[in-house]
Formats: sequence, C-alpha cells, structure tokens
Amino acid sequence: MAVEGRTKNLQLKKHSNSFGSRLHKDLRKNYDAYLLILPALLFYILFCYKPMAGAVIAFKDYIPAKGIWGSPWAGLKHFEAFFGSYYFQRLLLNTVVISLVSLVIGFPAPIVFALLLNEVRNMKFKRTVQTITYMPHFISLVVVCSLIRIFTMDTGVIVQLLALFGFEPVSLLTKSRYFVPVYVLSDIWQHIGWGSILYLSALSSIDPTHYEAAVIDGAGRWKQTLHVTLPGISSTIIIMFILRAGSIMNVGFEKIILLYNEGIYETSDVISTFVYRKGLEQFQWSYSGAVGLFNSIINFVIVIIVNKISRRVSETSLW
Amino acid sequence: MILITIYPLYFCLIASFSDPIELSMNPGAILLPFTPFTLSAYRKVINHSLFVSGFRNTIYVVVVGTLINMALTIISAYVLSRKGLMLNRVLTFFIIFTMYFSGGLIPGYLNVRSLGMINSLWALILPGAISTYNLIIMRTAFKGVPDALSESAQIDGARHFTVMSRILMPVCLPTIAVLVLYYAVGHWNAWFGASIFLQDATKHPIQLVMRNILISANASEMIGDIGGEDKARYVELIKYALIIVSTVPVLVLYPFLQKYFVKGVMVGSVKE
Repeated sequence: MAVEGRTKNLQLKKHSNSFGSRLHKDLRKNYDAYLLILPALLFYILFCYKPMAGAVIAFKDYIPAKGIWGSPWAGLKHFEAFFGSYYFQRLLLNTVVISLVSLVIGFPAPIVFALLLNEVRNMKFKRTVQTITYMPHFISLVVVCSLIRIFTMDTGVIVQLLALFGFEPVSLLTKSRYFVPVYVLSDIWQHIGWGSILYLSALSSIDPTHYEAAVIDGAGRWKQTLHVTLPGISSTIIIMFILRAGSIMNVGFEKIILLYNEGIYETSDVISTFVYRKGLEQFQWSYSGAVGLFNSIINFVIVIIVNKISRRVSETSLW
Repeated sequence: MILITIYPLYFCLIASFSDPIELSMNPGAILLPFTPFTLSAYRKVINHSLFVSGFRNTIYVVVVGTLINMALTIISAYVLSRKGLMLNRVLTFFIIFTMYFSGGLIPGYLNVRSLGMINSLWALILPGAISTYNLIIMRTAFKGVPDALSESAQIDGARHFTVMSRILMPVCLPTIAVLVLYYAVGHWNAWFGASIFLQDATKHPIQLVMRNILISANASEMIGDIGGEDKARYVELIKYALIIVSTVPVLVLYPFLQKYFVKGVMVGSVKE
C-alpha cells in the first residue's frame, strides 16, 4: 500500500517537470526578485523600446496634432528623398571619413600610449603622467570645445605655433579642410590617457615568462612587442574594437555640434547632426526620423558584422 | 629608451599647457602677459544670475539623478546576477539589446514630449536613468561574490531584498562608489539633453549656460556696463574665467577620486 502511494507520487513529480511548471515554481519562489526588477524593466520599455516603436515615424507623414499613430502612411518616401538628396553623399562621406580617421588614428593611440607607459621604470614619473593624462577625460565637452575654439582662433596658441612652421594663420574652425584633424587630434588629447587604462591592466597580466622565452630566442625589443605583448592583449583590443564599432555611425555627435558652423558643413556635417538640424531645428519630423532610423540600422548591422567576424577570426566576441 | 620617456612628457606638456595659459590670461588681458591682476571677470561671472541658477540646477540633477541611477542600477544588477532565476537570460538580452539599437534622436525626443516632460528637469534624469554599460559593471561585481554568502543568508530565511542590501551591497561597495562617480560626472557634464528639452533659461544646467556663452558667443549680457573696445577684451576674459570656475570643482576633486575611477574601469573589463 505504502509502496504504491510512493510510486504514484514519483510519477506525479515527473509530470510536473515541464517548462511551464518550472517557470511557475520559479515565479513563486523568486517573486520578490522579479518585483525588484520591475521598475527597471518599466524604464527600458518606456524609454528604450517605446521610442523604438516610435521610429515608425520614418514611414509616415508625421502631423504633430495627430500624433505618431494617427498620422498617414508615407511608405519609403522619406528614405527615397534622403538617398536622392543633394546632401546624401556628403553626409555619408563625412560620417564615414570622420569615423574611419577616428578609428585608424584614435583607436591605436591609447594602445601605443599604454605600451610606452608600460616601459617606464620610474614609478613616480609613471604615476604623475597617468594622473595628468587621465584628467582631460573628465573635463566636460563644453569646456573642451571652448578650449579648442579659443586655441584654434587665428590669435590662438596652436595656430601661432603652426605659423612658425609656415602654416597659414587662419582660424582653423572656419576652414573645411581643418575640421577632421582638429576633431580627431583633440579627441586623442582628451581620451588617450583614460583609454590606456584598460590596456595597461591587460599588459600587466601578461605572463613574464613569455618575455623571458622570447629573449632566450634572441628577440629584441621590437620583436618582443610584436610577438609577446600584442598577442597578449589581443582579446582586450578586439573587445574594445567591437565596442567602438558600435558607435561608428554616431560619430561624436555632441562634439561636432559644439564645434561646427555653417561655413564648414562640407566636412563636418554628419548624418546624426543632420538628423538633429532637420528634426529639432527645422521640425521635419518624419524626414529626420527616417534618416535617424537609417543611421541606427546601419550601426546595428555593423556591430553584428564586426562581432561575427571577430568570432570567426579569434575566440573573443561580445556574446 | 629616451624617446620612449620623452613621449609621455610631450603629452603631459600638452595636457598641462591649457591650464597655465588660462591662469595667466584670466586676471590679465588677452595677448599681453600679466597686466594688473583683476578679479573683476570672476566677480561678473559669479554674480550672473544664470550662472547661479545653472549651478543650482546641475547640483539638483546630479544628486537626484545619481540617486535614481544607483537605485535602479543596483537593483537590476542584483536580479540579473542571480543564477536561479529562469527569466534572467531573456531579461538580460532584453536589456543589452538596447545598447546596440535605439529609436534615434527624433523618436526619443517625441517620446519625452509625449510623457509631458518637456521643460522639466526630469527630462534630464529619467530618459537616461539606467546606463546599460554601468549595469553590466555592477552585475559583474555581484556575480563575483561567492554564492556561499547569499545562499547561507537565504537558508536563514532572507528574501532577495535583504540579501541584496545586507550582503551584496556592502561587499561590492567599491564598485558602487565607482558607479556613483561615473553617473555623477555624467550628469555634471551633460548639456545636450537640456538644450533640446528645456526652454526655460532658468532651468538650464551649468554646462548649457556655459555653452550658450562660450560657443554661441553671447557674453554681451554679462558685461553690459563696460564700453567700446574694452568690451571685446572683456568677452575673452569672461570666457576664461567661466571655464576655470566650472572646471575647478572637477579638477580639485579629481586627484582624490582618480583611484576609484581607475578601479572601476578594471572591474568593468573583467569578462565573466
């Protein structure tokens, strides 16, 4: 009798191991945890996913009085307008150029800096350098851009210095061709110190025996760097690269707004600044919404591609 | 070796170059070194009403904003770090996805407007209430705490909230401190959100006030009572004074907090 009862119980237990019942048990056991995270979920839904749904504005002719959902459909009209517009090529070109230059010059800079810093023997010197170079990262963008403007004026320090080398003494921010260098170099100035922290810590985790082995094999400083150091921090580099790829299309939007002016739109106007102007200054809601959506999608695709490539090429990836 | 050591110095020089110039320029006139030391530019800046209101607004946003940031971040990071919860994988994906794709500037703006937050300081606090990046840092820290600690507490009957507040938070205090700093600095330096959401100049945070003066070149209101050619010089002076005054808090606090910032980056970089 007792045995029968027990077997029946066991059978019941087996039945109830389905996904649904496990979930049910989990909810009951941990309801307070799920409750805790509810406000955060609300935040994400309200401020991240709801705007995502609002991106549908790109496919409509938004009329403020009717709201997003009440406005008439416009299909791909805005996208067509954008791709066919006079500005499309310029915007795309500038966005890509600024991104790539930032990437090619700005991405390696902290790595190189970390490598150099790593060679410094004097701890006190090293620490002073670190403290000083980390600082610009925390100065607000508004201040940094004001500094840039002040120094690149025709009476500013930078231009005066350059003039000594035969450079023409003009306000750098009034000429299209100087924008990208100013933008990229000031970026490096501001972030090279802080950006190197990650690499420095990765460098310190490289097994010293690798270096010893290399020395035994007759490798000089340069070869050591090439064959021991770089591979040693490669996974850090790749992750940072992927993260960076995630913002390719959003290229320094705030900074560009603070630095540009109508005279140099030719090289400084990028897709995101265009969205800002068309949308919030000229109130062409649907049009700029479309451009913005285009931007987001390209960005997303790039991240996916970069991640897939890196997963193929090495073992590191973001997920 | 020499080359290698000169390089950092070169960068240092650039880094420190900016400040001495202003410091020497500030009290005096622009291109001439060291004319009589005057604090009048400073006086004008500090007494300017927008400056005061700017500071007040910024401090409000920094304090309230960071509190809300931390509360939401810690709670979510805690929940996402728990192993037993079945919905965690879904939730994590749900949250991390937002790091890679967003609706864009326009839908974001319209969303805030539809929630009635235009011209309210809440528009600076709520839309960015959780930084997913910081959330991941916190979650990593929580995950790093040995399960034995939380499990023993649960055996003793602690509910999740207690485990989080009594056990995990104290253990991860350094990471929490770092995130407080990250969020606070973020709020302090923010200007763009204010520029698109706040129409009332008295609600502008300090960075926006500065931006309007420094970059849109609108310093004339401040120096209304000085005449003619001196005016142009004064505009420059005011700019410098303004920059110094608003950056000084950061520069002063910075050396002390640097340790924590650096630590934060390290924690954030540890892969799970």
